[in-house]
Amino acid sequence: MRIIGLIIVVVTGALLIYAATDFPAWSDPASPASTYLSPYYIEKTMEETSVPNIVTAVLADYRGFDTMFETTVIFSAGVVCFFLLRIPRREEPEIRYYRHVLTGVTIQLKEGYKIPPSADFERIDAVWTPPDLIIKTGCRILIPFIQLFALYVIAHGHHSPGGGFQGGVILGASIILLAISHDLRTAVRRMSEKLIAILCAVGVSIYAGTGALCLLLKQNFLDYSALAGVLHVDPITARSHGILMVEIGVGIAVMATMIWIYNNISSAGRYRQGL
Amino acid sequence: MTDLISTVVAKYNYWIYITLMMIGLYAMIAKNNLVKKIVGMNIFQTAIILFYVSIGVKKGGTIPILEHAHGHEHHVVHAVDYINPLPHVLMLTAIVVGVATLGVALALAIRIYNNYNTLEEDEILTQVREK
Amino acid sequence: MIWPIDLAILTLVVIASIGALMVKDLLGAAILFGAYSFMMCLLWSIMGAVDVAFTEASVGAGVSTVFFVAAVFRTSRRTKD
Repeated sequence: MRIIGLIIVVVTGALLIYAATDFPAWSDPASPASTYLSPYYIEKTMEETSVPNIVTAVLADYRGFDTMFETTVIFSAGVVCFFLLRIPRREEPEIRYYRHVLTGVTIQLKEGYKIPPSADFERIDAVWTPPDLIIKTGCRILIPFIQLFALYVIAHGHHSPGGGFQGGVILGASIILLAISHDLRTAVRRMSEKLIAILCAVGVSIYAGTGALCLLLKQNFLDYSALAGVLHVDPITARSHGILMVEIGVGIAVMATMIWIYNNISSAGRYRQGL
Repeated sequence: MTDLISTVVAKYNYWIYITLMMIGLYAMIAKNNLVKKIVGMNIFQTAIILFYVSIGVKKGGTIPILEHAHGHEHHVVHAVDYINPLPHVLMLTAIVVGVATLGVALALAIRIYNNYNTLEEDEILTQVREK
Repeated sequence: MIWPIDLAILTLVVIASIGALMVKDLLGAAILFGAYSFMMCLLWSIMGAVDVAFTEASVGAGVSTVFFVAAVFRTSRRTKD
């Protein structure tokens, strides 16, 4: 297999190097990529959509179809991970482990029995690591600020680098941080599995729903200037607000997918214990 | 001869991008471990994204966020001042699709490990042929 | 476009990618892959692609490395190859 791999790599590399001799010099202002289509987008974005960030405007407005189906791809990846890995064990009674906080004695109960939540006994996983007070407290203080920053990134995507994807990933990363610093049970109690799945679908629906709303208001699908009547602004500002609405939908969908994939991978589908 | 050398030196970035792509392709074909194959797939993907983003660079251009946007109403924008934003848009989609593919690939690897108790490709093939 | 910085970071990227594929410990491969992602993010910041760099920093060096470590934790950590 290695010989075949080497031969394929050498042949493909030689072909690519031969083709690369024909490329324009790097960072040439007169190269075909910089003179053909991009000057239109750079010059016309501000007067047509009033959004200074050209990448966000092209991503959510001029190329809105691509972004909608990309959100659908993200959603389907989360669903596929769920279907591949999740093992529902609702009917089997589980063995629980408890630890007496003051003395450190660990007890194992028979199947189906449990101790009601009290301050003397804490529930631990089968592979138990001691909880680190510094990590738990530090992460507990940090997580609200991470979420605030993620909301800023989503909302400020018009004027600074950012937008829906980046903010959604940071939001998902904050819940993953909660699952890593405490244990998976804490994170699942904060955001239950059903809520995450519903949020994932709601995000995609917000995006498609905005497009359908523009269709109902007698314009094209995903033509945000139709929202000028609903929001009582001129059509250019309506396009800016339409971009913000779809970015919020994308952010919610990406957040839910990241949390869902992490939950399924780190617990191998059983939701008993995480990393 | 000298202009061959000057061509090779001037386009050094393309040779390194092609090297990265070939490293990723070789790892996907020739490595035995499944996780190493997945790492090779990601190296290939990011190398292609690097190549595309490098097309949009312009000498003397700044980042594609318009300056003086809301202050002056009729500020004239010259396309020469800003770098090309179109490859960035396409590559944003590519990165996010890449992480979705990574999640699905790792879920498949965990299922394979649960079934065959190994992640090496040759051991899996011998177990499949024995059945 | 300062070419010495570009060349140095490109060399580091190639070294990190070859290292991620050669180590025999899968956890080390996951961490080296995170370093490779971070170097890519730096490269794109130098080229002026700030949106792409932001996305790669959050997705590649953040969430992707966590997925790898979680998957290695659930399967075996040693590899012969």
